[in-house]
Amino acid sequence: MAGLELLSDQGYRLDGRKATELRKLQARMGVFTQADGSAYLEQGNTKALAVVYGPHEMRGSRSRTLHDRAVINCQYSMATFSTAERKRRPHGDRKSTEMSLHLKQTFEAAVMTQLYPRSQIDIYVKILQSDGGNYSVCVNAATLAVIDAGIPMRDYVCACTVGFVDETPLADLCYAEESGGVSSLALALLPRGGQIALLQMDARLHQDHLETLIEAAMTACKGVSKVLDEVVRQHLQEASVLTGE
Amino acid sequence: MAADMRLPTIRKTVSLSASAFDRKDLVVPGDVITSDTGFMRGHGTYVDDDKLTASVAGEVQRVDKLICVRPLKTRFNGEVGDVVVGRITEVQQKRWKVETNSRLDSVLLLSSVNLPGGELRRRSAEDELTMREYLQEGDLISAEVQSVFMDGALSLHTRSLKYGKLGQGVLVQLSPSLIKRQKTHFHNLPCGASIILGNNGFVWLYPTPGQQEEEAGGFYTSLEPVSLSDREVISRLRNCLLALAAHKVLLYDTSVLYCYESSLQHQVKDILKPEVMEEIVMLTHQKLLEQEG
Repeated sequence: MAGLELLSDQGYRLDGRKATELRKLQARMGVFTQADGSAYLEQGNTKALAVVYGPHEMRGSRSRTLHDRAVINCQYSMATFSTAERKRRPHGDRKSTEMSLHLKQTFEAAVMTQLYPRSQIDIYVKILQSDGGNYSVCVNAATLAVIDAGIPMRDYVCACTVGFVDETPLADLCYAEESGGVSSLALALLPRGGQIALLQMDARLHQDHLETLIEAAMTACKGVSKVLDEVVRQHLQEASVLTGE
Repeated sequence: MAADMRLPTIRKTVSLSASAFDRKDLVVPGDVITSDTGFMRGHGTYVDDDKLTASVAGEVQRVDKLICVRPLKTRFNGEVGDVVVGRITEVQQKRWKVETNSRLDSVLLLSSVNLPGGELRRRSAEDELTMREYLQEGDLISAEVQSVFMDGALSLHTRSLKYGKLGQGVLVQLSPSLIKRQKTHFHNLPCGASIILGNNGFVWLYPTPGQQEEEAGGFYTSLEPVSLSDREVISRLRNCLLALAAHKVLLYDTSVLYCYESSLQHQVKDILKPEVMEEIVMLTHQKLLEQEG
């Protein structure tokens, strides 16, 4: 590796975190009034905006209608100013299309689509600033937006990326770590039941380490879920007090 | 020209009733409500390992043995008899499709409208061909929910002179949960405009019709110019509705009227400023409390 020491001898990472420490997570629900549900989420320097419309009548091609459940339509995009190098196409390139597909699979596992036959749920996620862990930040933001829209879900979906350096799993990678040639793994979890909604790994890793890596990812996801839970409860309190019943 | 500028600051929302903090009946998705199997599963819940679990974030409602979770914000769940305001999206064979903020487009059958002329007769093939003359895509209508289909889609009807095509006016789209259910949802407000509070969160503001003219089954729309004073009243009402909605005050004729009265000291455009909104809504709330007790 190119001299970059991802984990110091003292056990600290590039940005001063411990191996299992997550980045600071802040979120807000209900940021737009026109959408059915919306949320803004910051995880360290990665910032994402998620918007949910639906369930509503099928738009576009009617042929995709499912007669026993709702269709989930996801679109992932990155703002042109989100990366160090200005992006040409905010969405529609191969990486974004793949990411959209992953988001769709994740939410099909969690949202109770069978309650809304013949309708469509749109989830739009935009990365405003990218600093690693884009997929997991999107999932976390979209979860909050879906909850805000009042769409039934089995559980929260929490996601986190985990890398493997010097026999140690590092939780919630930032961009410098992600691009430093670490074999990383993204995991989306339904924390209460411990079911995995999506597991993705592009790099090579020895089979013996996989178990520890997944274990670390699950712990990290549960950490994320605690923060999300707090955000949702806070939002619920505020909104219900205003309604004044 | 004086520009109005404000810095981005975090606004503390003033809670109208500071009481109900720390409520126990609020749940989030995945929360176990009860592990007792003696309860029935209602909306917003599912059974996981014999445990009744919430699937939406909201408040728990118990009716005898039935447990439901009502989300704070959701799409319109229509019930028979609800008054709705909707927009025609499609003209099909013998039916119109209407967007009503519901989870599927609602259906307005040709057989459940009053045809122009008011006479009751069988719908002929000719009527089918002239459907687009009565209502075309983009038209707004007011209607009542006649029945709910198996998949949750609504069937509407306009078989009353109250319902039908809407003419000149302003549509305000709000959350359905803000509309208070009442005996009547059509009001002629004393301030000089009329309002239809659709149960689906669509509110229609229009100038009060002068005389109950011979209506052509609700398909005739007046294209007379609306006077400036009427337009001002309607704009003010619209901004008042937005102010009330921003502070989550239930909407019905009295609350709208009180808000209108409290807003009179401000210019119409100023009502949209957050601090003015807050002031007006507080005044409205006070008036409502005084009236209650």
